[in-house]
Amino acid sequence: MLELKNLSKTYKTGDTALSDVTLSIPKGQILGLIGPSGAGKSTLIRCINRLVEPSSGKVMLGDVDLAQLGKADLRRQRRRIGMIFQEYSLVERLTVMENVLSGRLGYVPFWRSFFRKYPAADVQRAYQLLDRVGLLDHADKRADALSGGQRQRVGIARALAQEPELLLVDEPTASLDPKTSRQIMRLLTEICAERGLPAIVNIHDVPLAQQFMQRIVGLRAGAVVFDGSPAALTQGALTQIYGEEDWNAMRNGDLEQADAEEDAKNRLAELVQ
Amino acid sequence: MSAQSYPTSWKRPAQIVKDPRWRIALQVGIVIYLILAISTIDVNWTRVYEGLERGQRFIMGFLQPDFTSRWRDISQGLVESLTMTLTSTVVGVAISIPIGIGAARNIAPGWIYAICRSIIAVSRALQEIIIAIFLVAMFGFGPFAGFLTLSFATIGFIAKLLADDIEEIDATQVEAIRSTGASWWQVVNYAVQPQVMPRLIGLSLYRLDINFRESAVIGIVGAGGIGATLNTAIDRYEYDSAGAILLIVIAIVMVAEYGSSYLRKFLQ
Repeated sequence: MLELKNLSKTYKTGDTALSDVTLSIPKGQILGLIGPSGAGKSTLIRCINRLVEPSSGKVMLGDVDLAQLGKADLRRQRRRIGMIFQEYSLVERLTVMENVLSGRLGYVPFWRSFFRKYPAADVQRAYQLLDRVGLLDHADKRADALSGGQRQRVGIARALAQEPELLLVDEPTASLDPKTSRQIMRLLTEICAERGLPAIVNIHDVPLAQQFMQRIVGLRAGAVVFDGSPAALTQGALTQIYGEEDWNAMRNGDLEQADAEEDAKNRLAELVQ
Repeated sequence: MSAQSYPTSWKRPAQIVKDPRWRIALQVGIVIYLILAISTIDVNWTRVYEGLERGQRFIMGFLQPDFTSRWRDISQGLVESLTMTLTSTVVGVAISIPIGIGAARNIAPGWIYAICRSIIAVSRALQEIIIAIFLVAMFGFGPFAGFLTLSFATIGFIAKLLADDIEEIDATQVEAIRSTGASWWQVVNYAVQPQVMPRLIGLSLYRLDINFRESAVIGIVGAGGIGATLNTAIDRYEYDSAGAILLIVIAIVMVAEYGSSYLRKFLQ
């Protein structure tokens, strides 16, 4: 479905963000992209819909090489790729409905989007998607009136309104609490399974990635250093991705946090009694 | 280390001129320059004494403002000024919006950016009075010259502040709308406009009351409106009518000020 061939990106400052990445994602697969910050995860997914221009290499979506497209063709191809962002990136002062309908912008002429006169099928679909993510009653609220988890649901509905063939998901849970994170990940994986949608998910939370992803790719300094199933993600592999010190620190941090949460839960339970 | 050995006094280190000799020399130099500069001002004290009497009549006129005897001129001037203010603000803002969008580096291509920024620079560099004198010479006395002056001045003000505001918007919202396959116009309509609209409305209201104040000033150089009426009244030594005009201007500016600040608060 999506094939990256020798994709490289060097920024003007001389920093190499990606070097020679080759990946292939079949239809329906949910791929988790893990790696330390600065490894090039964000650059990789932004090179696919060309919010960042790749320096060299091919991005094949079906039969189309996205890296070679001119402006108008690029806009047409972007409709096929839905994107979900870390900070939700909703337009805060627009209503929830407008945010969802903005997923249709690539399909409608300017006057329709300007007067908010979307085709009936688009409106119906937007309502259906809002219902799917559980926000049907919030359609007329302004986006900045919603909580973090609700905003991310609107972000998902906006991406789906594009009727995409591929989802790019950039740190979907980085701004959310652990419980909401799991709900959002569950919703995402369910939706991908329902539609057979392939997805690339940038994620820095390794346990969360192992729980929800079908395949994991580890990126380090712009190069793929691991590619396999979550079960194959051993301590050795993680050390290779994150470097020894960082991985041990992260793991200890996670353990400590889990202990602390457990402790807090027990105390609360005692208080209740 | 025991507590006694820490220093007990602290002086703020010099921030700009590090060398104390330079610092003293600079301070002495400024004082000497000030004394010399003031000594060159030539004050004609007998003229000041004569002027005091005139000033007193002016103030007396203020204390007994005469609204009635020149009311026709005053009301005509007021209507002219208000018309000029409203039309020039509407036209000025309408022209400013495309220029402001073009002058925002983050959404406009380089050559459009350069053109729009230079239009803004020209509009801001020329003071209202200078433009008014020029336009009065071109189009003759009257409110039309005033209308053009204020529209021109509005462009520099609104377009610059709008452009600066657009440059500070949240880029991720723009990125999100772009990633849906939206065109440039759709990006402006969906990701930029909602972020800058409240400020644009606030600025326009603010400009409305600036334009009214300016209309009183540029009237003095012949661009019509209440300023022209005021000028005539002073030329005729009718300080009581002039006082009435000034009081009306102050009242209207205050009403506009409170009205616009109330509206801006409501919009946030």
